[in-house]
Amino acid sequence: MKQTPLFERHRALGGRMVEFGGWEMPVQYPAGILAEHRQCREAAALFDTCHMGVFRLSGPTVGAALDAMLPRSVSGQAPGSCRYNFLVNAHGGVLDDLLTYRMDAGTFLLVVNAGTAEGDAAWLRAHLPPEVKFEDLREAWGKLDLQGPRAFEVLADLGVPVTTLPAYYHWMPLSLFGLEMLISRTGYTGERGVELYFPREQAAMVWDRLLAHPLVKPAGLGARDTLRLEMGYPLYGHELNETTTPVEAGFGRLLNLRDRESIGATALRQPPARHLTGLRLASRRAARAGMTVIDPVSGQTLGTITSGAFSPNLGVAVALAYVAGAAPPAPGTPVRVTDPASGIVLDASVAPLPFYRQGTATT
Amino acid sequence: MKRYSKEHEWVELQGTEAVMGITAYAAAELGDITYVEVPALGKKVKVNDVLCVVESVKAASDVYAPVGGEVCAVNGNLDADPALVNQSSEDKGWFCRLTGVAQTEFDALMTADQYAAYTAGLK
Repeated sequence: MKQTPLFERHRALGGRMVEFGGWEMPVQYPAGILAEHRQCREAAALFDTCHMGVFRLSGPTVGAALDAMLPRSVSGQAPGSCRYNFLVNAHGGVLDDLLTYRMDAGTFLLVVNAGTAEGDAAWLRAHLPPEVKFEDLREAWGKLDLQGPRAFEVLADLGVPVTTLPAYYHWMPLSLFGLEMLISRTGYTGERGVELYFPREQAAMVWDRLLAHPLVKPAGLGARDTLRLEMGYPLYGHELNETTTPVEAGFGRLLNLRDRESIGATALRQPPARHLTGLRLASRRAARAGMTVIDPVSGQTLGTITSGAFSPNLGVAVALAYVAGAAPPAPGTPVRVTDPASGIVLDASVAPLPFYRQGTATT
Repeated sequence: MKRYSKEHEWVELQGTEAVMGITAYAAAELGDITYVEVPALGKKVKVNDVLCVVESVKAASDVYAPVGGEVCAVNGNLDADPALVNQSSEDKGWFCRLTGVAQTEFDALMTADQYAAYTAGLK
């Protein structure tokens, strides 16, 4: 298993280490998932995201080359901006979800998931034309996410006033702690926050300096999961995989599928037969991935849970599920979740996404 | 006096009536408890039958009957406040009471010292 440069920091903090995408990562620290979740919703949480992959693609034709691969066009993406996108196969199945950062006219950064990074690199190398330069920055760059409604106060105290920060879903270069960094106003929590990129060998220094601020506490993958679930954000391997499409996952309106061709576009133009759907459970008891969603009246199978957990902010369990149908089910529709293995039967109803509506991400 | 099972339940016997829950070790291992399913009153269980279900943020786990008996009371506070299991696992976080418990089943469980040695060996 791979370790990030912060492995010893996590151990020293009492982090409970688990396998994630081939990496040994902290699922929680002694404070616990609920406290770390609250820390991110109320103050500022620091996440080690050094396991994620960063690639740099460059060349005069890079925009057109990426447009031929990605269902959301990037050639018109403005330098300084970040966009959510998907790497899909010929069937429209998701190989990965990613962010594209436009550095300048001829350069993009792609930020990808840890467990899929190796396959992404191979796919990109195989499909990019030879004139586009592909650089794997995974061993050179480190990354930390600082997320929470008070994250900007932290940055201001460190000499980065809020007026100098990039706009939501934008990035800029930043000098901090004597390092040349890249900062973007992006994240996976629904809260105001940034992702910081810097030389990987400096990860422990950046981590220590940020954690020294009294508003900042570390948070692990457990809280990262409950935070993203409350926002209805997909997690690769759960809501997204090679058998699901971005359209089924609810991102059809982000895509540019008309009047141009890209890998998988033909398949993605077909109307979806199922939709990623939010479910609010009737109690604190969670529906878990793999459980079956049924119609409570007819007993007919409607779909499958992809993620589920107790929602700390809502006080009940919530879940994401793929539900069959030409259109997404209407909010409020009652459903039942069953699990033949355990005999569980749970009542739930369709809920609009995000589940949590007080997030500060865009504020 | 309490006795402990290898499945990390504690049980305290008074006559033929027992109160049980999960150990502080188990609660710490599970992390934040978010839901506890307690059994129905009157449910009869044999030793090692599934008695309760406890859920943390990450997963659900079965809790086994450390001794056989009939459920005569359950901790109604856990429904609204499952965190009691983390905060006070061997007191306010009790799960249920059983009647008709055999002393021999209780005696077969580990003492506190034996359980401490057992969990030390798991680390």
